[in-house]
Amino acid sequence: MNTSATALGAGPTVVMRRPALIVSGFLSAVSAMLIGSMLAIWLDFRSNAPLRESTDGGKMLRDWLPENIKIPEVATNTMMMTFVITCVMAQWAVYSSRRNDSKHASLALGVVLLTEIALINAQLAIYSQMGIGVRDGSYMTMFYAVTATMLVIIVVCMGFTLLALFRSIAGRAGDLDLVSAHALYCYAVSAIFAALWFVVYVQK
Amino acid sequence: MTAIDSSHSATSSSGSIATRSTLLGTIAAYLTASDHKRIGRLLISVSAIFAIATAVEGAILGIERISPSSSIVDADIIVQLFSALRFDLIFSVAAPMMLGLAVAVVPMQVGARALAFARSAMFGFYLWLFGVILVGSSYLNNGGPGGGNAEMVDLFLIGLGLVIAGLLLISTSVATTVLASRRAGMTLIETPIFSWSALVASVSMLLTLPVVAGAIIYVAVDHAYERATFGATEGVNAWIGWAFTTPQIFIVAIPTLGVLAQIVATMTRGKQPLRAGLLIGVGLMSTAVIGAVTQSSHSVNFSGSANDVLKSLIPYLFFNHLPILGVFIVLGLSLLALKNERAKLNAAFVPAFLGVGMVLTGMIGGSVFRITNFKLANTVFEEAVLVYVCYGVVLSGIGAVAYFGPRIWGREIPSGPVLGLGLLGFLATVLASLPYFIAGFADQPASVANNFDYSGPIWLWNSLVGAGHALMALVVLLFFAIAAKSFRSGTVSSATSADLFESVNG
Repeated sequence: MNTSATALGAGPTVVMRRPALIVSGFLSAVSAMLIGSMLAIWLDFRSNAPLRESTDGGKMLRDWLPENIKIPEVATNTMMMTFVITCVMAQWAVYSSRRNDSKHASLALGVVLLTEIALINAQLAIYSQMGIGVRDGSYMTMFYAVTATMLVIIVVCMGFTLLALFRSIAGRAGDLDLVSAHALYCYAVSAIFAALWFVVYVQK
Repeated sequence: MTAIDSSHSATSSSGSIATRSTLLGTIAAYLTASDHKRIGRLLISVSAIFAIATAVEGAILGIERISPSSSIVDADIIVQLFSALRFDLIFSVAAPMMLGLAVAVVPMQVGARALAFARSAMFGFYLWLFGVILVGSSYLNNGGPGGGNAEMVDLFLIGLGLVIAGLLLISTSVATTVLASRRAGMTLIETPIFSWSALVASVSMLLTLPVVAGAIIYVAVDHAYERATFGATEGVNAWIGWAFTTPQIFIVAIPTLGVLAQIVATMTRGKQPLRAGLLIGVGLMSTAVIGAVTQSSHSVNFSGSANDVLKSLIPYLFFNHLPILGVFIVLGLSLLALKNERAKLNAAFVPAFLGVGMVLTGMIGGSVFRITNFKLANTVFEEAVLVYVCYGVVLSGIGAVAYFGPRIWGREIPSGPVLGLGLLGFLATVLASLPYFIAGFADQPASVANNFDYSGPIWLWNSLVGAGHALMALVVLLFFAIAAKSFRSGTVSSATSADLFESVNG
């Protein structure tokens, strides 16, 4: 009697095709659709606002942005530039990770974390300088809704950075999939903020 | 005294401890599950329970409208019931049922060892469930769109947000599994048709649900603070109502095409002519995404000048008829495969086929609804469209559980009850919807239960609708009971995993 066990043949090889990068792509799409829809409603409200005379009486303006509100352009433009730095640092992390350079990857991710803290600080400074209340009118309500949602997206990105940073510090410098996914999300968030910056802060 | 105390009290005590630990273990296992079959089973089972509750809601509303001059339910509750029916059909029943099937089946089909980001999907399930409970609580306390209790309206918005977040997490998990975890050598084109439809539906949800979330954030912030910009309580429906109607509801029905094509593929042993056409057909149905994200209805009016008609006709055809074309392609190719081969009839085919038929009828109704010459706006016609599509999804779900169930649970479900309940479900869907197609043309108002009148047998149409919903509740209950019994103690399944695939060279 043959007592030797017959081993089952090996199952098919499962090829994981960079799942973190794919999830990051989906997260980017979800974030883009979220802010995109909010900006679309913002533009709809702005285009339907009634006309009013400017303070000098020279021209007619859309009665959308209340006259007493001044948007702090230094802080908003600084935010935009900070996002550029975030992208460069995120790409540096990918570059270092590809070369198994743990120190530089960690340093780059640390700088990304710092820039994200700076972004949150800048957004809070904008709220403080504008000095408006969420109950003060349509513009204010919508302003807080859209910018606070953007702030949440930045916080999510920060969580992503922390995850990548901890893994990098722990010695997983070659975790290219995660670092690349992080970089992709950083680019996406930067592009989303660029759209928000143009619509809300530049075009007002 | 012996070391082993065999007294009755000790035995019963240890028995209860064992029972408790088993119970706690089961609860813990379900709370922390990462097995795709378990997560899928949870989604399917809970959505089936919600389907019974939703059908009962529909039956109450049908009965309430039999006599417009008298009422059996309080007027405030009726308003909430109308709104709850729409929410439940889409977000408590159709979407989670199809996603649950995808979670359970897709990893097996693509040869993955596990669902990608399974714990995220599990968290999504609990977010969805908690959201549905919050929404239900708000409806019970005069919340919901148009509700009189402002705090409960806020709760409704939070609950809806959680439901959307949960569905997004599950969709991400399903789509990532198809894209990232396929076995070696399986290209995306070679992916089994159900997995393809799950991918298309998941990505479509990932693109449209955040748009609903964006509107919810604005409405929630406005409702919590200012209550002027977005129309306070009454504005809730105006801004997020599009998520409960066509073409958004078509997206949750996309996997029904995959279920049908998959069953046909097994029946014909993978000899599917023009398989690429199936993929294109499923993909075409996702063009509903474009209509949904624009957050507006694309109607046509044939009474203007030729130029005006043409201007509205092109977007109308694009947004309303491309998804219908997709369904026709899949139905046509499936029937072609059956015609060419000596197919062995599978009982699951009946509910799956009838389910797609109901979805198609609803979609055609949706396109008729958008022809403004018929003046169907604010009539019960739209409710019929919604019920057709969502009950079609439930029918398809019955077919899918009957077909995929033996692969998930390892035991067979008898063919007779599946066939009978499939036919009964078809009858229930037609009864719950078709009379309102007719009553819509007779101008029966939507979301109104009392003080309306029109020429026609009001009592007949509403009685039939009430009976249809009640029958659907019975069908789902019976199927649930039969499936639960069969999958616990039925005959062991002889189905092989190969049955989950269709030949790509057929």
